[in-house]
Amino acid sequence: MNDNHYCPHTPEEISEMLSIIGISSVEELFAAIPGELRAKSFNLPPGISEFETFDRMKAIAGENKSDMLNFIGGGFYDHIIPAAVDHLSGRAEFYTAYTPYQPECSQGTLQALFEYQTAICRLTGLDVSNASLYDGGTACAEAAMMALRVTGRNRIIIDGCVNPFSRQVLKTYLFNLDVDIVEIPPLDGQLNRNALTEMLDDSVAAVLVQNPNFFGCIDEFTELAAQIHAKQALLIASVYPISLGILKSPGEMGVDIAVGDGQSLGNPLSFGGPSFGFIAARKTFIRNMPGRIIGETVDKQGRRGFVLTLQAREQHIKRQKATSNICSNQGLCALRGLIFLSSVGKSGLAEMAILNRDKAEYAKSQISGIPGVTVLQGIPTFNEFTVALPQSADLVVSALLKKNIAAGVPLGQYYEGSENFLVVTVTEKRTRKEIDCLVKSLEEALCN
Amino acid sequence: MQLIYEQSVSGRRGVKLPASDVPSAACLPKNLLRSEAAGLPELSELDLVRHFTRLSRRNFSVDTNFYPLGSCSMKYNAKVLENSAALFAPFHPMTALLPGGEEYCQGTLGMLYDLGQLLTDITGMDEVTTQPLAGAHGEMTGILLISAYHRARGKKKKYVVVPDSSHGTNPASAAIAGYEIITVPTAPYGDMDLDLFRQAMNDEVAAVMMTCPNTLGLFNPHIKEISDIAHSHDALMYYDGANLNAIMGKVKPGDVGFDVIHVNLHKTFGTPHGGGGPGSGPVGVKKALAPFLPQPRIVMDDEGKFVMESVKSGTIGRTANFFGNFGVMAKAYAYIIMLGREGLINVSEQAVLNANYIKERLRDYYELPYDKTCMHECVFSASRQLEHGVHAIDISKFLIDRGYHPPTVYFPMIVKEAIMIEPTETESKATMDAFIEVMIEAAKTAESNPQALHEAPLTMPVGRLDETKAAREQNVCCAG
Repeated sequence: MNDNHYCPHTPEEISEMLSIIGISSVEELFAAIPGELRAKSFNLPPGISEFETFDRMKAIAGENKSDMLNFIGGGFYDHIIPAAVDHLSGRAEFYTAYTPYQPECSQGTLQALFEYQTAICRLTGLDVSNASLYDGGTACAEAAMMALRVTGRNRIIIDGCVNPFSRQVLKTYLFNLDVDIVEIPPLDGQLNRNALTEMLDDSVAAVLVQNPNFFGCIDEFTELAAQIHAKQALLIASVYPISLGILKSPGEMGVDIAVGDGQSLGNPLSFGGPSFGFIAARKTFIRNMPGRIIGETVDKQGRRGFVLTLQAREQHIKRQKATSNICSNQGLCALRGLIFLSSVGKSGLAEMAILNRDKAEYAKSQISGIPGVTVLQGIPTFNEFTVALPQSADLVVSALLKKNIAAGVPLGQYYEGSENFLVVTVTEKRTRKEIDCLVKSLEEALCN
Repeated sequence: MQLIYEQSVSGRRGVKLPASDVPSAACLPKNLLRSEAAGLPELSELDLVRHFTRLSRRNFSVDTNFYPLGSCSMKYNAKVLENSAALFAPFHPMTALLPGGEEYCQGTLGMLYDLGQLLTDITGMDEVTTQPLAGAHGEMTGILLISAYHRARGKKKKYVVVPDSSHGTNPASAAIAGYEIITVPTAPYGDMDLDLFRQAMNDEVAAVMMTCPNTLGLFNPHIKEISDIAHSHDALMYYDGANLNAIMGKVKPGDVGFDVIHVNLHKTFGTPHGGGGPGSGPVGVKKALAPFLPQPRIVMDDEGKFVMESVKSGTIGRTANFFGNFGVMAKAYAYIIMLGREGLINVSEQAVLNANYIKERLRDYYELPYDKTCMHECVFSASRQLEHGVHAIDISKFLIDRGYHPPTVYFPMIVKEAIMIEPTETESKATMDAFIEVMIEAAKTAESNPQALHEAPLTMPVGRLDETKAAREQNVCCAG
C-alpha cells in the first residue's frame, strides 16, 4: 500500500496503529469528509526514484544556456561565492530548522541572525536591522509602509531612477490602500532634484531613492536628507551592498531607512531566488519595523542568549494590527549573507568593491572607443554604466545573445524614449579577456 | 559562546580575491566614499568554519531531532532535492527578460510552467503564479487579486472575514492589502460557527479566508455551504494552504468552492525551512481571476516554446522582482515528480494516520478540547497540568531536555494552553512512540514534581531567557 519510501511504516505497523486508533482502515480517517467534497480526479504521473528524478532535473537545467557571459544586472549580480558559504549554510542543523520560536534549542540560528543584523547595521551605518525580508523589491514596499506608519501621512515620492521592478512591487503592495504614489521621471540618468523640491511638502511620508541607481550612477544624498527632514518626512535609500565596501553609507548621508537585495552577498543567481531583502533604520523606528527581530538577553544564570524580540509587532500576536504579515522570511539566505561578509571581511569587501569598479571603468573606456557609442561622462558610476548606442539596444542585445553574451539590459522596456540605451554591468568575475570579447562583439554588431 | 565579531583580529582574512587584470581606475570623489570601512569580522577560514559549525550544533533541526511543530509540516527534506536545486545556481533571471532571451531559458521557464500545471491538478485551480515568496506573501497576493477582481466589477468592498482559529498571517495579510477584518468565533464543535458566519456576511465582504482542515486539525464538513453563502454575497473564497498536507488526492480546494489558494511549498512539498525561510507561496486562482495575475507570466506559445505573456491591462503588477524563489520551486518540483500520484496520496494518508495515533496515545494524559478524528495535526490543552501550576511552555522545555523540538504551543489562540502536534508522514512509529513516552512522563511529572518542569531546560547551552529584558533593552546589533 506504500508507494512512498519516505513514509517508513510497514503494513504491520500500520495495522497496529489503526487498531490502537480503533479503526480498520486508513480511509476511515477521512470519513468526516463528505463524499460530494471528494476529489473527482487526481491525474499526476506515477512516482519515480531519486535517481530518475535527478536525471530529469539535469535534463531541465540542460535546456538553459549554461555558459552565458553575464554583463547584466537589474538587481541580481554575478559575484564570487566562497566555498565555505555553501558548506556552512548547508549544515542540516541550519537548513532543516524553522523559525526559532524555542530559543534554548535554536541558539545557533538566533546568534547567527543577531550577527547578521549587526553586519547589516555596520554596512548601512544605521542602528537596527531585522532578520531579513523577502527580496529587494518587497523591502522597498515594506520601508514605504513603515514610513506611512511612522509619519501618519499618505504620500510616497519615488525617484524614477529606482529599479523599475522594485517600483512596480511597491505600487502593487500599495494599490488598494489610500496612498498617493508619485514618480519623478529621471533627468539624464539622475534624480531630478528641482522636481522633487517642488513636490516636497507636509503631506509626504517618504522619498525613495536608489544608490547606485538603475542607470549605475552614484549619488550623494546628505543635503537631500536635510531637505526632506525639514518637512518631517523620511528618506528611504535602496542600496547595493557590495558597493557599500567603498561608498558612503546611508547612515552617513542621513538616510532614515536603508533597504536592498542581499543576493549579491553569497547567494547564487538561481534564476531569481531565493535571495533576501534587508532593512535597517534609525533606532527610534524599531517598533515600526516589519518582520522578525533578534535581541540579546541573558538566562537566569546570566549566560548570554538570543531571542525573537518585540514580537508584539508581529502577525502571530497582533493579527490585523501587526506591522507586517511576514511569517517565513529568507533566514537561510541571510545566513549565507553573513557567512559571505565574514569570509571576505572588512578589507576584503572594500577590495571587492574597488575591483568591481576598476573592471567596469575598463569596460566603460573600451566601449566608449566604439564609433557611434556614447558613454555618459561626468557622473561617477560603480559597476554598472549606461551607454547610448547608434541603434536599438534591443536588436544589439538579441544579436549578442546568439554569441552567448548577455551584453546588458536595454532600457527601452523601462523608460520611454530610451530605446538606444543599454545598462552594462561588470562584476569582479569578468576577466579582461571577457570584457574585450564583449567590446569586440558590440563593435561587430554595430557595424552590421 | 563568542560572537564572530569578538573573534575578529585586525588584518586577518578568510578569502583571497582574484587579482586585478585591468588598470586601476581614478579614485571616486571623496564625498561619495564612506569615511571608514564597515566593521565586518576578520578571521581565517578555519576559524570561520569552526564558528558556524559550533553555532549549527546549538540548533535542533529535522535532521537531528523529531520536530513536531504544528502548522509547519516539518517533514524530512530529501537530499536529492538539494542536489536538484543546485543545478540552477548559475542562471541569471534577467536573461529571460531580455529581448529574445526566453530562448536561452527554456528549461527554467518550462519548469515553472510545469510546476504550475502540477499545482493546478493538486489544488483544483485553473491558473497559478509562482511569484509569491512565502505563504503570507501568497496570502497578500491572493487578496490583492481578489481586490482587483472586485474593482474590475466596479466595487472595492471593505471587509475580509476570517475565523478566530485562523493563522495570524490571514488577518495581517488582508489588512496590509487594505481590508478591515471581521472575525467569526469557533463553535463548540470546532468549526467556524455557521450561524455567526451567516450574520457576519454582507455585500461589502470581499473575501472569506479559510484554512481547511483548520488549525484545530479538523476538516470542516460544511465548507461547501460556507462557500455558497460567501458567493451569494459576491465574496470570494480564499484557501490558506498551510494544511494542504492533510488532503492531497482526497479533496481539491477548487472543487469545493475556493476561488484563490496559496500553497506553502516549504511545508507540503518537502523543501527545507531554513531556520525561518526561504519558503515559497505560489498562488492558484479560478479562471475569473486569471487576468489580474502578477507579471511576468510564463505561457506556452503555439510552437510549444515558453515565453513571457504580453502584459495585460488588468494585472496587479508585480509582487516580487523576478519569478519567485526559483531554487525552492525546483526542490518542490523534484519532490512532486519523484513521489507522483500515489506517493502524494501516501503523504496525506500517513500524515493523518500519525496525528491520530499520537492523539489516541496521549488522550488519557492531556485534555482534548475538540475530541474528533483529526487530520494531519492534533491539538491538546495543558489545562489538566495547569491545575498543578504547569503550563504548556513548561512541557515544551521538558521536551527540549529530552531531545525533542516542542510542538507549537499557545496556538491556536482559542485553545487555552494549546499544544499543537504535527508529526508529519516521514516519522517512524518508533520515533513517535518514544516521543509519546516523554509526553506521558511530562504529564506525570506535572503532578508529582511540577518544579522540575519549571526548571527545564537544563541541558541546553542556555536556560530560559529573559524576554522582557530583550524587549526593554532592544540590543539587536552588536556595538563596536
